Amino acid sequence: MKQFDFGRMSVLALVAGALHAPLAAETVLNVVPPASVRVLDPIMSTAQIVHTHGFMVFDTLLGMDADFRPQPQMADYKVSDDNMVYTLTLRDGLLWHDGSPVTAEDCVASLQRWGVNDGAGRVMMQHVESIEAVSDKELVITLAKPFGHVLELLAKPSPVPAFMMPKRLAETQAGQQVSEMIGSGPFKFLENEFRPGDQAVYAKNEDYVPRSEPSSWTAGGKVVNVDKVVMKSMPDMQTALNALQAGDVDLVEQVTIDLLPLLEMNPDIEVGNLVTLGYQITGQFNHRLPPFDDPKVRRAAMLALDQELFLQTAVGNADYYQTCPSVYGCTVPLASDAGAEYLEGTPQERMVKAQAALKESGYDGTPVLMMQPTDMAILNTQPIVAAERLRVAGFTVNVVPMDWGALQARKDTWVPVAEGGWNMFFTYWGVPGIWNPLVNPLIDGSGQDKVWAGWRVNPRVEELRTDYLVALDTETQQKIATEIQQIAWDEGFYYNGGEFSSVSAWNTGITDLSEGPLMLFWNIRK
Amino acid sequence: MVSYFLRRLLAAVPVMFFVALFVFLLLRLAPGDPAQMILGDQATPEQIAAIREHLGLNRPLMLQFVQWMSNILSGDFGDSLISNRPVIEMIGHRLGPTVALAVVAMLLTVVISVPLGVLAAWRHGKLIDKAVMAFSVVCFSVPIFVIGYILIGVFAVELRWFPVQGYRPLSAGFGQFMHRIFLPGLALASIYIALVARMTRASMLEVLREDYVRTARAKGLAEYLVLFRHALRNAAIPILTVVGTGFAMMISGVVVTETVFNIPGLGRLVVDAVLARDYPVIQAIILLTAGTYVVINLLIDLSYALTDPRIRYQ
Repeated sequence: MKQFDFGRMSVLALVAGALHAPLAAETVLNVVPPASVRVLDPIMSTAQIVHTHGFMVFDTLLGMDADFRPQPQMADYKVSDDNMVYTLTLRDGLLWHDGSPVTAEDCVASLQRWGVNDGAGRVMMQHVESIEAVSDKELVITLAKPFGHVLELLAKPSPVPAFMMPKRLAETQAGQQVSEMIGSGPFKFLENEFRPGDQAVYAKNEDYVPRSEPSSWTAGGKVVNVDKVVMKSMPDMQTALNALQAGDVDLVEQVTIDLLPLLEMNPDIEVGNLVTLGYQITGQFNHRLPPFDDPKVRRAAMLALDQELFLQTAVGNADYYQTCPSVYGCTVPLASDAGAEYLEGTPQERMVKAQAALKESGYDGTPVLMMQPTDMAILNTQPIVAAERLRVAGFTVNVVPMDWGALQARKDTWVPVAEGGWNMFFTYWGVPGIWNPLVNPLIDGSGQDKVWAGWRVNPRVEELRTDYLVALDTETQQKIATEIQQIAWDEGFYYNGGEFSSVSAWNTGITDLSEGPLMLFWNIRK
Repeated sequence: MVSYFLRRLLAAVPVMFFVALFVFLLLRLAPGDPAQMILGDQATPEQIAAIREHLGLNRPLMLQFVQWMSNILSGDFGDSLISNRPVIEMIGHRLGPTVALAVVAMLLTVVISVPLGVLAAWRHGKLIDKAVMAFSVVCFSVPIFVIGYILIGVFAVELRWFPVQGYRPLSAGFGQFMHRIFLPGLALASIYIALVARMTRASMLEVLREDYVRTARAKGLAEYLVLFRHALRNAAIPILTVVGTGFAMMISGVVVTETVFNIPGLGRLVVDAVLARDYPVIQAIILLTAGTYVVINLLIDLSYALTDPRIRYQ
């Protein structure tokens, strides 16, 4: 009896143990992003971190592949022979995170919201006659006048991608952020674990049906291989790298380049470029105030400044930057050598030219107020370097330190310097935000008050930008882009300070990382 | 005592009002725009104007202030302009780590610095006195972030006795909590250890010269009783003042420690809010901090009556 009881007890114990056995441990990818996730509405903000968040929670009708080609994503598409009618058909299985199906009406409302908030989207909407849902799964964009970039804009990854959301959210009042994070993307946002400025948590969307094609940038299949992604904010880079080496985090998205040698000694850490499109340093002139209201003075400044010097002081490691004259980015299809003469010769040779050009311009010594953002590491040095170069050329320069927030507010005014205005400041742009004349605000020659800071005026550039809108073939687009670029250099639209890349670091246990125009979290395995 | 307490609380009301008015005006008049911070660097002036209109930032300042004050009085601190989250919720999530850090730092301060100060006073002029003073000079002079990095480098990276970063609440277990809070607490405590040790030493030196101390020794009392029962108790008032104000300063000065050790506390929240021009968050935290100072000062005053029976409040 005792033996039988013992045997029965053993079996029961085994069964009970099996029933209560823990499920396989959850795979959590811990990431340190380059900035905290605070703003959640991906249509409202132009910040890259918000779009990284956006691509996790939301999806787009079309995606962009690594060859810069629009590809079907949520929808397949047909274009009429005259390129005036675009029919988009939603693929099967698309669900919002609240379980309701994605409909064409949702997409119509989303496109309208995007068209208000995105600069290039606004231009597109000026050419659109109607966007209509003709059935639950089909929507039709009908143009009123020719426009050659519908597909490209629907697919673009930045600055404001055309994210789709439920109609009730897309109809949120202008100027207001959406109240819920309900998308149809490969991850769900965990609202109750969100701590603004500290962490944002995303869970795998088990209902997401990825496309069957291999993934390429934001196109193709978005297969999620982890259960959760935790974006943990760490404002101190040394702390983030300590955490990476201790295994507390798996990936640091953007590593300060001067700390890279510490990681390169660690065999358990890999480094590389995951965000393959870089960032262009840009020196903005205020075209409305002297001395930079004079193109001759601007040209003298362009000759005095030096891309290599800027990049050396800001980045330091030549493996992670490149010089080029392209205003669209060094490695994009529209890149060309127009304006390269402004970068030819040694810095000393160009300085001699700059001094002569400044003298010839009749520059009267008006001081240049250079704004310096002291809380942005990558932008802290350019104003100092630029000021010194300009002084050698003959300019009088005052560098005024301030935080980024103050600079942002001040840059949008054109009052005289004595009343709080400015003459020059530096910033940087992600290449997806400048890669063609349609999206690039730095080559806007309209001079209107409402455009991005600088207020450049050039009617020929505006003609060319209008021509670009209707150009369908790449040869014509290239020709237009090249001419715009030449004018941008000749007229001193702004100073192109060269391009640097973002370097990421991760534990060797993390594999299948995807390259892209921004950080992408599908495919990754841990 | 009760009426004294109530009078002090009532006197705090105009103080809080002027703090509120000052911080409100300072933020509105300082350069920077929360609408710009929401939209990002590439936003156009047109987009910024739309957000400002929606957020009510174009309304007259007086209207905005009155609205804010009336909301505060009904317990509504508003929502973050940037993340749209209730300010109270955001502060609630961050208050625990900061208070925990400050409490642990203050406990370490008292446990380390008071005995050190007593020892230095007892052995005044000797090597131990000089060593304690040298130690306090170092602690006072070296920035907290340097001490933090050194502690991390030695105890976390090399010896692996402690984690390199992060925070666990007390609810996760006392052991886990202390394991993560000890190094940041020690880093934050360093400057206060120096301050309190010196104050204790100075205060003790004065008291040890008193006649009653000589009498106590002459009566044959054990030295530790002379020091801790008689001398320290009489030396306590200035020490309590420094400890109390130090605690209030800690709460408002933890940001560097929170950044180095990646603790999601109030310090980081307020720095982020300032950089983002998140007015409701900044205003609420400043008010909370001011209120904390008022309460702590009041508690310090009340504690005098406990330590010195000669002090009575009417």
